[in-house]
Amino acid sequence: MSELYQTRFVYGEALAEAAECYSEVVALDADLYTSTRTVTVRERFPERFLDLGISEMDMVSTAAGLAASGLVPFANSFAMFITAHCYDQIRIQICYPSLHVILAGSSGGLTQGPDGASHQSLEDVALMRALPSMTVLAPADAIETRAMTLAAVRSIRGPVYLRLGRYPVPNVLPSGYTFELGKATWLREGANVALLAYGHMVWAALRAADLLATQGVQASVVNMSTIKPLDTTAVRRAATASLVVTVEEHSIVGGLGSAVAEVLAEMPVQHARGRLLRLGTRDVFGESGLADELLAKHGLTPEGISAAVLAAL
Amino acid sequence: MIDAQEVMGLRRTAALMRRHIVAMMGADKAHHFGGSLSAADIMTALYFHAMRYDAYDPSWSGRDRFVMSKGHCVPAQYVALAMLGVFSVDELKTLKQLGTRLQGHPAAHLLPGIEACTGSLGQGLSFANGLALAARIKGESYHVYCLMGDGETHEGQVWEAARSAVQQRLGNLTAIIDRNRLKAMDRSYQADDLAALPDKWQAFGWRVVQVDGHDMSALVHALDWARTQSRGPALIIAETIKGKGVSFMEDQPAYHNAALTATQFEAALQELDRALAGLEDQA
Repeated sequence: MSELYQTRFVYGEALAEAAECYSEVVALDADLYTSTRTVTVRERFPERFLDLGISEMDMVSTAAGLAASGLVPFANSFAMFITAHCYDQIRIQICYPSLHVILAGSSGGLTQGPDGASHQSLEDVALMRALPSMTVLAPADAIETRAMTLAAVRSIRGPVYLRLGRYPVPNVLPSGYTFELGKATWLREGANVALLAYGHMVWAALRAADLLATQGVQASVVNMSTIKPLDTTAVRRAATASLVVTVEEHSIVGGLGSAVAEVLAEMPVQHARGRLLRLGTRDVFGESGLADELLAKHGLTPEGISAAVLAAL
Repeated sequence: MIDAQEVMGLRRTAALMRRHIVAMMGADKAHHFGGSLSAADIMTALYFHAMRYDAYDPSWSGRDRFVMSKGHCVPAQYVALAMLGVFSVDELKTLKQLGTRLQGHPAAHLLPGIEACTGSLGQGLSFANGLALAARIKGESYHVYCLMGDGETHEGQVWEAARSAVQQRLGNLTAIIDRNRLKAMDRSYQADDLAALPDKWQAFGWRVVQVDGHDMSALVHALDWARTQSRGPALIIAETIKGKGVSFMEDQPAYHNAALTATQFEAALQELDRALAGLEDQA
């Protein structure tokens, strides 16, 4: 068994590395620095760490002011708080002038677990995807988390939403992997089904593909870690399978499932086009429970994904 | 320090600013007359006295920053920038027209001289905090000014920012409240709230002064004082009259956002012209 990582922890280390390499990097937090892992910057670069207290809107607007001054701020909180609680500030003060602010959402998806619906982040991708100029990223593993964090400083301009996870996953990307904005990665090739996933659902999709193979179903697995701008070429290629499946720890409303549906619906009629199956939470709120219990309930385990695919074929 | 002659010059500048504000808005179109006019003396004291600013290089890194948190009053800032020469006075008449840089609420990415995108009330002070913190992180010595409306302080984020600014000891930050006592529909405050406003800010740890926001000498002295408060943020509560300078608009909520008839527009311009001529005579 290879080593497991929570992407939020890897992010904390990568953020400190970014702060070391780039003097413009500033970390902002709203009283969650051990959870968001900005504690790394707090310890190593205290002059560039700002804990503004339990005031997320103020933090996000302050980050906009820092970015307007040429700094590269990372504003941190739980995924739902930094997106939904601060939506107006993100929209007007960051996205409208296209300021280079990185919003890091820790503990995206269901796997905040026992904290329940208020803390589970099932609409954040939909919210961020709707904003002009926003880039939406969700790393699949430790390798990609580091790559994205550094890329967010040096090669992406404008606002970035970086969705991080709490669920421990092994590395699924090759060690020489280089992150390219807007480029999906084919991790496995299979003719019958294409599984499109992001975050730790990529690992779940790979395991699901193993299970499907034992049933004679060959599945491709594609890491859609840039949710916006979406790799539409990859979606069109995936559509040549008879079944296209999006897998996300997020609502099926407005997330990757919707983004892929938009591409498929606008494809020329003569293009080969498989059916779409959207897996995720089905327009409901979360609830308290252990991460594994919640993932099982919503069909987002390898077994759940595999069963849904077999039922749809 | 400032002498009487400079104060008189600033009063003429403010009178001209008011005329430009009304002229750019014109007749028959809804505009935010009231708050732009109440802020005209404050804007004059800022741009023509307090701020270190180079109109020929509005992105100069050492410039003092101004954030118009009550974004609907940005016409007053547009006029200040045009009078300084950041862009042409002719461009003022494009206000809110399709394709203009002079949007209905400030667009920092479109127009030089605008620092922040605002328009959704309550967010500007937090942004100003960010500018002030950036000066500290980068070792710059500029000062940051933020203008809010009194009604705007109903927004909760204002108080988040008020607390943060003190926590971060932002001695390079001056906030100004244009206290015209009116909001879009009616009065901003019940009588009890009015008295409490300075107490609230003082309780948060701000250094607070109250001045007549149409007394140029008092405004200038307050801004000079605020700049010396290096250990934490300072607040100037400027007591103003909404619609100041056009008698039929003064203290009338209806002119928060309203369209003038052609007759009203002419009457307003004539009144502002008379005020300007009166100041010229005194010179």
